[in-house]
Amino acid sequence: MINIVNLHAEVEEKKILKGLNLNVKAGEIHAIMGPNGSGKSTLASILAGKEDYTVTAGNVEFDGKDLLELSTEDRARQGLFLAFQYPIEIPGVSNVNFLKSALNEIREYRGEEQISAKDFLALVKEKSALVELDSKLASRSVNEGFSGGEKKRNEIFQMAMLNPKLAILDETDSGLDIDALRIVANGVNKLRSPKNAAIIITHYQRLLDYIIPDFVHVLYDGRIVKSGGKELALELEEKGYDWIKEELASNAE
Amino acid sequence: MSNYTETDLEKDLQDQEYKYGFVTNIESDKIPVGLNEDIIRLISSKKEEPNWMLDYRLKAFAVWQTMTEPEWGHVHYEKPKFDEIAYYSAPKQSKKYESWEDVDPEMKATMKKLGISMEEQMRLTGVAVDFVMDSVSVATSFKSKLSELGIIFCSFSEAVKEHPELVQKYMGTVIPTSDNFYAALNSAVFTDGSFCYIPKGVRCPMELSTYFRINEGGTGQFERTLVIADEGAYVSYLEGCTAPQRDENQLHAAVVELIALENAEIKYSTVQNWYPGDKNGLGGIYNFVTKRGICERKSKISWTQVETGSAVTWKYPSCILKGDYSIGEFYSVAVTNNYQQADTGTKMIHLGKNTKSTIISKGISAGKSQNSYRGLVQIHKNAKNARNFSQCDSLLMGDTCGAHTFPYIECKNPSAKIEHEATTSKIGEDQLFYCKQRGLSEEKAISLIVNGYCKEVLNQLPMEFAVEAQKLLAISLEGSVG
Ligand SMILES: Nc1ncnc2c1ncn2[C@@H]1O[C@H](COP(=O)(O)OP(=O)(O)OP(=O)(O)O)[C@@H](O)[C@H]1O
Ligand SMILES: [Mg+2]
Repeated sequence: MINIVNLHAEVEEKKILKGLNLNVKAGEIHAIMGPNGSGKSTLASILAGKEDYTVTAGNVEFDGKDLLELSTEDRARQGLFLAFQYPIEIPGVSNVNFLKSALNEIREYRGEEQISAKDFLALVKEKSALVELDSKLASRSVNEGFSGGEKKRNEIFQMAMLNPKLAILDETDSGLDIDALRIVANGVNKLRSPKNAAIIITHYQRLLDYIIPDFVHVLYDGRIVKSGGKELALELEEKGYDWIKEELASNAE
Repeated sequence: MSNYTETDLEKDLQDQEYKYGFVTNIESDKIPVGLNEDIIRLISSKKEEPNWMLDYRLKAFAVWQTMTEPEWGHVHYEKPKFDEIAYYSAPKQSKKYESWEDVDPEMKATMKKLGISMEEQMRLTGVAVDFVMDSVSVATSFKSKLSELGIIFCSFSEAVKEHPELVQKYMGTVIPTSDNFYAALNSAVFTDGSFCYIPKGVRCPMELSTYFRINEGGTGQFERTLVIADEGAYVSYLEGCTAPQRDENQLHAAVVELIALENAEIKYSTVQNWYPGDKNGLGGIYNFVTKRGICERKSKISWTQVETGSAVTWKYPSCILKGDYSIGEFYSVAVTNNYQQADTGTKMIHLGKNTKSTIISKGISAGKSQNSYRGLVQIHKNAKNARNFSQCDSLLMGDTCGAHTFPYIECKNPSAKIEHEATTSKIGEDQLFYCKQRGLSEEKAISLIVNGYCKEVLNQLPMEFAVEAQKLLAISLEGSVG
């Protein structure tokens, strides 16, 4: 699905990613953990096409295409979705209008017909039920005045509506209460299929109790420094990151 | 807004140049350029006007000659050469049209290009349209239906002939000829416009709509509109403009007077889309308009405007809240791009007790344009418990444009409550990135964000107008980011 090879990136001459490798196949869920400031959100932003970052080396293949050559909107239209760590507010634009416009541009790009009003409403109904999103939120302005948890849930609602091939969830679990966490996880699980894949960035192994990942990676100082199965998350939860840093230091000697 | 489709917008977005830039080939009847008493007499006689109308014009002309152009606006432009303008131009017609079928096919084609096919409008929307091409009304519909209710909706010239008592009673009562330079000029040389009278207690059952259009190169356009809502009456009036592309500047100095008698309500909506000039600031319309309404007891006047066109706009639709408990509202979106300049806002003059006014102004500036809000809230000594709420927001796109706010408050009664809020924001890179990440193109993203920003104002417009306005916003901001 996505193959990241030796990715180096910087912002304002500050090196953030320093040779990152990651290969995600269709049907897989990968969790990325790592200390604050290690470059997790930066990775997500670069994959989504944010222009602030300069890729200085490496390449990324997404669904057979050179991802870095595509514009942000074309990446989205090809099926890449990013659930933002800090979702943006767009005053005066209703969630449904926003999604309808997005959906139709994606469909047009793919040479599909515009969605009918009836089908769209049915889709909204189905997907908002999936993430138990209050129907009032669907018609309110995008994220405006939403609580932290509501914003996160809205990201998952949008993901469900757009049905991406690859979803990147950047700390979607932070700020969620226990019930919301279960609901969001449930939403992600329902969208899981042999054709889709997900990269889940999180600090807490708790989310991974609900969404069972195929792989867990540790991102540290701009690189994936350790990979393993679900048990790695438990180990991190228990021991923190120091032992990994020590391991790295001794390897370097 | 449900019938507004993405495809429509997409199409409009591909249409880079000003889409109404064409000139219709209708022979027109023009008088020599320049302005003097003889020209005014000529206009008056061509229009077969009664003497009182000619006197009115001549008096206004005398006043105008003593006046100078206002300089206080935050706009810079080359002053029009008033003696190089032809003050009258009427499409040549051998006879007046009896029915829609009789209308010149070329004129019909023009209207089609404008997207306001009369057949469609008449059949589908029930909007009565008084179409003004250049300065003479050429088609009026729904007249009979309206007249059953005693509603008069006709061209201004016709009103002068058919309803002189109403015109004489009200014309110039809200905007005296001496009000300002452009109003005085208009009073002297106006060629036509619209007249509307809603009798006591009548609720006008349809939106009354006039499309204005400048058609002759080098022709000044001086419209005059008078709307009177008698006691307890209601009317919603729509005014929309498009003009063909021209290289020389064209002057447009309209006067609109609204009169809301006791318990009456007038909603006046404008979508202004005059030719704004090209990307380098060449050409475009000078739009110097005086619009004002007067409210008697418990009456209400709402001005809603979406201003996207014109090279220079100078316009302050205002309300004189004379009667106790009267209400004035002003909702405005003003967009400037490239080298456009707009100085627009409102005046709310509180004379009566318990009067209330609301001002919502949304300015959007892009390119190298200058966009100013100028508003006056005036509370007179006897206006006990007057209330005003003003909100003036500016949205900037890029960093070569300017947004300015000039709020003036004069309060002579201590019981007044006046609130003023103002914000300035930029279209955020973060917002754009978020939209694009969901698959939206930059144009579509901007259009969504801008329409969201203007929502409070757009919501005030009747449905069909709101759709048109949304598209216009997108078209006028095209290519303004990145
Ligand atoms: N636009 C930027 N300008 C300057 N520095 C930046 C920018 N974006 C990221 N950084 C820096 O890059 C580093 C990595 O940031 P990033 O947000 O990717 O971390 P993270 O792993 O997501 O952390 P967290 O767990 O706190 O979310 C940080 O030191 C951050 O300050
Ligand atoms: Mg982060």
